[in-house]
Amino acid sequence: MINDNAQNNKDIKLITEITRSLKVSLWFVFLTFPLLVIKVDALEKTVEYRWQNMLYVAIGTFLVSLLSKFFLDQNTKRKERAALVTEPQIGFLERIFNEPKYLYPIAFAACLFALIFPLIFSPYQTNIMTTALMYVVLGLGLNIVVGMAGLLDLGFVAFYAVGAYSYALLNTHFDLGFWIVLPIGAILAALFGIILGFPVLRLRGDYLAIVTLGFGEIIRLVLENWNEFSQGPSGISNIDRPGLFGMELTLNQSINYMFYIMIGLVLFTIFFVNRLQNSRLGRAWIALREDEIACQAMGIDKTKTKLTAFALGATWAGMVGVIFAAKTTFINPASFTFLESAIILAIVVIGGMGSIVGVIVGAFVLILLPEYLRALSDYRMLAFGAIMVMVMIYRPQGIISNVRKHIQYDPEEKTAKKSVDTTQAGKS
Amino acid sequence: MEYFIELFFSGLTRGSIYALIALGYTMVYGIIGLINFAHGEIYMIGAFTAYVIATVLGIYGFPVLAIIVLAGLAAAIWSSAYGYTIEKVAYKPIRHAPRLSPLISAIGMSIFLQNYVLLAQTSDFLAFPELIPDFEFMEPIAHIVGTTDMVIIVSTIVIMLLLTLFIKKSRTGKAMRATAQDRTMAKLIGINVDQVISVTFIIGSALAALGGLLIASHIGQINFYIGFIAGIKAFTAAVLGGIGSIPGAVLGGFILGLTESFATGYVSSDYEDVFAFSLLVLILIFKPSGLLGKAEVQKV
Repeated sequence: MINDNAQNNKDIKLITEITRSLKVSLWFVFLTFPLLVIKVDALEKTVEYRWQNMLYVAIGTFLVSLLSKFFLDQNTKRKERAALVTEPQIGFLERIFNEPKYLYPIAFAACLFALIFPLIFSPYQTNIMTTALMYVVLGLGLNIVVGMAGLLDLGFVAFYAVGAYSYALLNTHFDLGFWIVLPIGAILAALFGIILGFPVLRLRGDYLAIVTLGFGEIIRLVLENWNEFSQGPSGISNIDRPGLFGMELTLNQSINYMFYIMIGLVLFTIFFVNRLQNSRLGRAWIALREDEIACQAMGIDKTKTKLTAFALGATWAGMVGVIFAAKTTFINPASFTFLESAIILAIVVIGGMGSIVGVIVGAFVLILLPEYLRALSDYRMLAFGAIMVMVMIYRPQGIISNVRKHIQYDPEEKTAKKSVDTTQAGKS
Repeated sequence: MEYFIELFFSGLTRGSIYALIALGYTMVYGIIGLINFAHGEIYMIGAFTAYVIATVLGIYGFPVLAIIVLAGLAAAIWSSAYGYTIEKVAYKPIRHAPRLSPLISAIGMSIFLQNYVLLAQTSDFLAFPELIPDFEFMEPIAHIVGTTDMVIIVSTIVIMLLLTLFIKKSRTGKAMRATAQDRTMAKLIGINVDQVISVTFIIGSALAALGGLLIASHIGQINFYIGFIAGIKAFTAAVLGGIGSIPGAVLGGFILGLTESFATGYVSSDYEDVFAFSLLVLILIFKPSGLLGKAEVQKV
């Protein structure tokens, strides 16, 4: 009898689910009707009705609606279970990446794999991987500004452009080499970071976001219109590739060389950011992110701390900019649009704000995904946008969220037990 | 002098359109504190829907007046539907997530919608039909201010007044203001907050669609990418006037439009956008909460 009831309830639930999904699918049919079904030609004065699209939308949204309901149910169930347990819950991925026992072998294997990568794979694959590594460094740089200091920067690409143009211009006009310009580009970008930082010191949150966005657009527009300086939209070509003690490198060799330079830069960045996180400055940033007033009351110089965050973040962008110019040997303002800033920010947020491993994973996912989605050709950017939304819905804290160290007092053991807690970064 | 007046009216026209789109940003921001990056795309979808419907009706031989009304209605209805759906799909599930998550979701949505229109329609620029006919009584001043400009400015002002009345007087308007002030408190006194948020998205989207229709008939061509730059400009206008404030959005829109118009007219047309953004940076440096925004008081 009881079993019957349960069975009945289940059936009713299934039926309501199906009717709900049918309604959703009908709604989307209505929604997509004018753009997806009708296609007009104003010159020929013809109307084409593409009814088959309506069918695809209906079936597709019906299935997606059923599946997403199922996943959301699973999610809420898991959260309910988690709420019953008082111990701080740490996700599987976070646990692996925060235990040195697991992390070090994984990191070692990754390094080894990286070293032999160009030997196994084709130059094309190596090239893509170099791009992904560039975004790892960009992500880690932006992570200093957004993840650690909590300053939302939507114009990060401006510093990337400064680095790229400083190499391109210094190389074509003064014939300076890659290794000389690398630090110059970094310093110039840091200077721009400070120039941007000064006026926006008083701004917070979304106002800061829109001013940085404006700053990024101003830099791009100036590069596009100031023809005497930057040769405008046609860009600068024939930039030298980096030299290796005066040796002549073939194209494939220089692709591999570029790859190893990037590996070196990534390792250096990881080391630097990791050391920074637990330094006096890093902790000042975190304090600033959590509460500006309390942070000032603790005797932290707000101006200096914010400016160093901008300058240090920009430094990495400048360096990657120089490498970008050297890698592609051609740059124009079209490479430095807002979309680029948005993608770097997405790397930081989707990967997990404040977490180094998270940002690395985020960069690989977001940069390699569109490359390997090429099979979908026209649909890849559509899928890319949809995946960005989906990751945020199912994992708003990012793929690998930041785990902060804290010390917990346990009265029974009378010892301070080291524990970790999944406090999400940037929850203010 | 005549050149000055001409520039002034062209600035007002631009400003009206920025204001219409900025209203959607400012209302959504006021209520859920989210920069809705997909809002520019709503405007683009409005323009495309109007284009498709107007062309279809034109082919079937409807009279001009019916085409204007039906295309405007269709644009408003479908844009609202898109705005409503976007909120339900991309923002509602993560309303309580860390602050940056909805922003990334919005950027993802914006990329998705751009490519959706690109695939569903075309990547080419489409010539938008001239919907608004030239009025005869405008003839003597037509060389300074065209009929389209006049229609845009007047309709923007009318819409603005209606919206202000709606928010000040109507029940839903009051609920919206209450939700903007304090969402939890509004819930406690029996306001259906989810519904209020949906209504906000619907109204904002409908305004953006009207903006889309007006600007498309003003400029004469549309493309799947128009939403992006208009969205950023409108957002700039909203911030300029103080985000969250409705009169601020209108004022910000007009100031932005006039600045751009005079800068292109008297200085150089290449740096039009640079002027707009520089103005924004300058105003925010001296008045960090925008022109009409309330200064945030931080208590410890």
